Amino acid sequence: MQARKIVIVGNGMVGHYYAEKLAALPGPFEITVIGAEPRPAYDRVHLSEIFAGKKPEDLALASRARYRALGIQAILGEAVVAIDRGAKTVTTALGRRFAYDTLVLATGSYPYVPPIPGADRPECLVYRTIDDLGLIRVQAQASRSAAVIGGGLLGLECANALKHLGLETHVVEFAPGLMNVQLDPRGSQFLRRMIEALDVKVHTGKATTKIVSGDSHRLKMQFADKGGLDTDMIVFSAGIRPQDTLAREAGLRVGERGGIVVDYHCRTSDSDIYAIGECALAGNRIYGLVAPGYRMADAALSQLTEEKIPFTGADMSTKLKLLGVDVGSIGDAQGQAPGGLSYEYANEKKNVYKRINVSADGVKLLGAVLVGDCADYDTLLQYYLNGIALPEDPEALILPGRVDTPVLSAASLPDSAILCSCHNVTKGAIIHAMDGGALSLAAVKAATAASTGCGGCAALLKGVVDAELAARGVEVDNHICEHFRFSRQELFHICRVEGIRTFAGLLESHGRGRGCDICKPAVASILASLWNEHVLKQEHVGLQDTNDTFLANMQKDGTYSVVPRIPGGEITPDQLRVIADVAKRYDLYTKITGGQRIDLFGARLDQLPHIWRELVDAGFETGHAYGKALRTVKSCVGSTWCRYGVQDSVAMALLIENRYKGLRAPHKIKSAVSGCTRECAEAQSKDFGVIATERGWNLYVCGNGGMRPRHADLFATDLDDVTLIRYIDRFLMFYIRTAERLQRTSVWLDKLEGGLDYLKQVVIEDRLGIAAELEAQMSGIVDSYRCEWKATLEDPEKLKRFRQFVNSGEPDAGVVFVRERGQPRPATRAEREALQTTG
Amino acid sequence: MKPANLEKTAVAPVCLRRDLVENSGVCVLFEGEQIALYYLPGETPALYAVSNRDPLGEANVLSRGIVGDVGGELVVASPLYKHHYCLRSGRCLEDDTVSIKVYPVALAGEGVHIAAGG
Ligand SMILES: Cc1cc2nc3c(=O)[nH]c(=O)nc-3n(C[C@H](O)[C@H](O)[C@H](O)COP(=O)(O)OP(=O)(O)OC[C@H]3O[C@@H](n4cnc5c(N)ncnc54)[C@H](O)[C@@H]3O)c2cc1C
Ligand code: SF4
Ligand code: FES
Repeated sequence: MQARKIVIVGNGMVGHYYAEKLAALPGPFEITVIGAEPRPAYDRVHLSEIFAGKKPEDLALASRARYRALGIQAILGEAVVAIDRGAKTVTTALGRRFAYDTLVLATGSYPYVPPIPGADRPECLVYRTIDDLGLIRVQAQASRSAAVIGGGLLGLECANALKHLGLETHVVEFAPGLMNVQLDPRGSQFLRRMIEALDVKVHTGKATTKIVSGDSHRLKMQFADKGGLDTDMIVFSAGIRPQDTLAREAGLRVGERGGIVVDYHCRTSDSDIYAIGECALAGNRIYGLVAPGYRMADAALSQLTEEKIPFTGADMSTKLKLLGVDVGSIGDAQGQAPGGLSYEYANEKKNVYKRINVSADGVKLLGAVLVGDCADYDTLLQYYLNGIALPEDPEALILPGRVDTPVLSAASLPDSAILCSCHNVTKGAIIHAMDGGALSLAAVKAATAASTGCGGCAALLKGVVDAELAARGVEVDNHICEHFRFSRQELFHICRVEGIRTFAGLLESHGRGRGCDICKPAVASILASLWNEHVLKQEHVGLQDTNDTFLANMQKDGTYSVVPRIPGGEITPDQLRVIADVAKRYDLYTKITGGQRIDLFGARLDQLPHIWRELVDAGFETGHAYGKALRTVKSCVGSTWCRYGVQDSVAMALLIENRYKGLRAPHKIKSAVSGCTRECAEAQSKDFGVIATERGWNLYVCGNGGMRPRHADLFATDLDDVTLIRYIDRFLMFYIRTAERLQRTSVWLDKLEGGLDYLKQVVIEDRLGIAAELEAQMSGIVDSYRCEWKATLEDPEKLKRFRQFVNSGEPDAGVVFVRERGQPRPATRAEREALQTTG
Repeated sequence: MKPANLEKTAVAPVCLRRDLVENSGVCVLFEGEQIALYYLPGETPALYAVSNRDPLGEANVLSRGIVGDVGGELVVASPLYKHHYCLRSGRCLEDDTVSIKVYPVALAGEGVHIAAGG
């Protein structure tokens, strides 16, 4: 059989989707993809993440190698300039010609730039491709302020990105309100307030008539009402236009206002040519979202198979992906249906507005607007998409604080319910995949592609998979070890709620067997976080790692290192002398650490109490270098000495370190405080970092150095001292409560459902209503702090453990040192053997 | 392991019951050898003695490991690289080629007795 030649013009999101699916069909096909952009298809929906540090590669949907492997010929960076329908060929800008049996146009759309004089200046840009972002970044470097023309979905997203580049940002909208396509006027007002709270200036009802050179800034925008705005750069986001030039020139039918006219099968007026995605005009409508484009691709593909699927329109509900601003729009947001009823909830204090529009008989949800709180989005969307009958009082769906809010459980969804609109995956398809053996969230994702697009359906998907697993009696295995059928988080909860204070008590009531080196230290840490009892208390002996038992870090030869706390890295010459004297007296290897303190290595077990006696007498406390606990709070000298400092970073570091010292956690915690944005203390590589601003402190969270470094995320800005400490209290306690064993804050955040936004809601907005409890718990721990070494030295029973032999005062003969660069170090095996034979 | 034959042990106890730490380990020096003793009152027998040396970590540290069970077998986890050694057989669970010496041990009155030579 001769292979059918299929040429796809445009390698954007939809063109790529089509090519990938086509390659999986039986064939034989000879597939050619021709794209104008220099790189293979990428995830345009998440374009703005490039500003947040993602690399173009991170957004890639395809690669040349992948196409090669699929047998697809990919021509990239070369636009198609003409279609010869008679000869059935296309010609590229380089004059190359490709023959087709079937041609698929997936040319997308381009940003509309209104014909304003001056709009062609180099400081005027658009926001659609990765290359556009490069240009925006270049201009931003030479700018103090930027204006976005267009206050729609994309315009606001772009404004947010510009804001994050550090520019003073304006949004200039022609219409009277923001996002007036997706929101009703009231919702639009609420949105405006929230956007303004992000320090983005909003100008509505402004028609820009001219762009000229400015005085204080590079440009001046002149408005129709005679007003104006000075800015250094402009990004146009005034809507999109379908890219239909090729089709138009080839004589295909196009719509009055653009768009390639297609039928239910996405066929154009030439039956060998299809158009899909944003370039297509289906049912006299352009669909500016990716999911409808994928459905068009499915419809076009089905023409090559037995089962023909029509494209009959698609849902246009959306959520805005703005940091800290929740906006959602479902179906008929404006409530235009005749006879329809609407319910509204508005709270100007909390900045929350919700509205649902229901049918005249009150049975069906027709549309919804959510501003300031999108928590109900998934539920409402399911009601809307699946035509599920509404409860008798539909308002219960959006009123806050009602315990009897009807929850749409995973089980109550019909099998036809679409869970993931990006990949058109129904609940039925998920169950089918699970019947076929995909018995974990990851396996279901791999089998169905659900939740691998925008990710908006992640929570819903997890709910359905978990419910289905439970229904099948499959346990979701996050058990800490063989002795407890619970995760660390669950154990924490059990101990807290039931007031359990010993390992034996927990094992008896909720575990089995004898415990092991995994669950014992984990439970010890939970008990310490909850009740802050001294780790060497009788009941806890035997639960701890040797490091926690002996309050020191075991090294490879069985000796320990000693690390006194040096809060904020500040130390007097006299204190330095004490450390030097101790190191000399016990012949300890001495090294300065990255955390601004001093490690003393090579202490034998029996020497530890003597060493600590001297340190404690001189006023030192334990540094908890051995514990899963707060380690160091690094600081720079800050405003006291540094010419650039704007706050006293050392004093803040001391406050923080002294507050949280001794705090037990699922893993070690590090922190730092910098006195200005030059960031000499590297606060952004810490679990929580603080950077001084002119007006207070910026708080960063969940950074990490080490093996898998992660930049901390900006969490809150310009905080005063009290608020800063309050947020840190809540953040740390929430982490301690919910993280798994040995999970650093960075990994914890990655796994946290809802991510950074959710964390902010819990910590800043107190969405779970637990903030007071978290603070109280923290202050309990802070108040009951005692230096563990001091306590140990006062207790003869505890001191008894610091003996190599219970029946002899001899030291461990297995510990052998040699000298190197003037200090001791453990002998290698060969050195040891040589010494033992001669000695 | 055969039960300790007290007649053959040294008359003087190697240490006393009160030197032991419940549910944890201590170390004794016995005829030049370092021996880790674990006192687990809930088990039968309640006392276990193995060599204190972790052959894989090459250091004398096993008395400082956490005791527990893996699949029902009583073990100590070495604090160095977390290898598990079976308290009854000395077998290393992670590495078949390695094992540690196990000593017959028993409590007589308040005294702890070890039989030399194992
Ligand atoms: C910043 C941003 C945020 C967005 N956010 C969302 C969102 O949250 N949710 C959502 O659903 N959608 C969102 N969208 C819209 C979504 O990206 C589009 O719906 C989707 O990309 C459309 O896919 P497409 O393949 O039709 O067009 P495109 O992805 O635009 O691809 C068209 C491709 O065809 C190429 N091309 C054009 N003409 C030719 C030619 N003559 N020869 C060769 N190649 C040609 C173009 O260079 C382009 O690469 C967003 C878009 C942007 C820009
Ligand atoms: S971070 Fe700022 S204040 Fe601190 S040392 Fe560096 S420049 Fe000075
Ligand atoms: S809805 Fe976008 S990934 Fe599922």
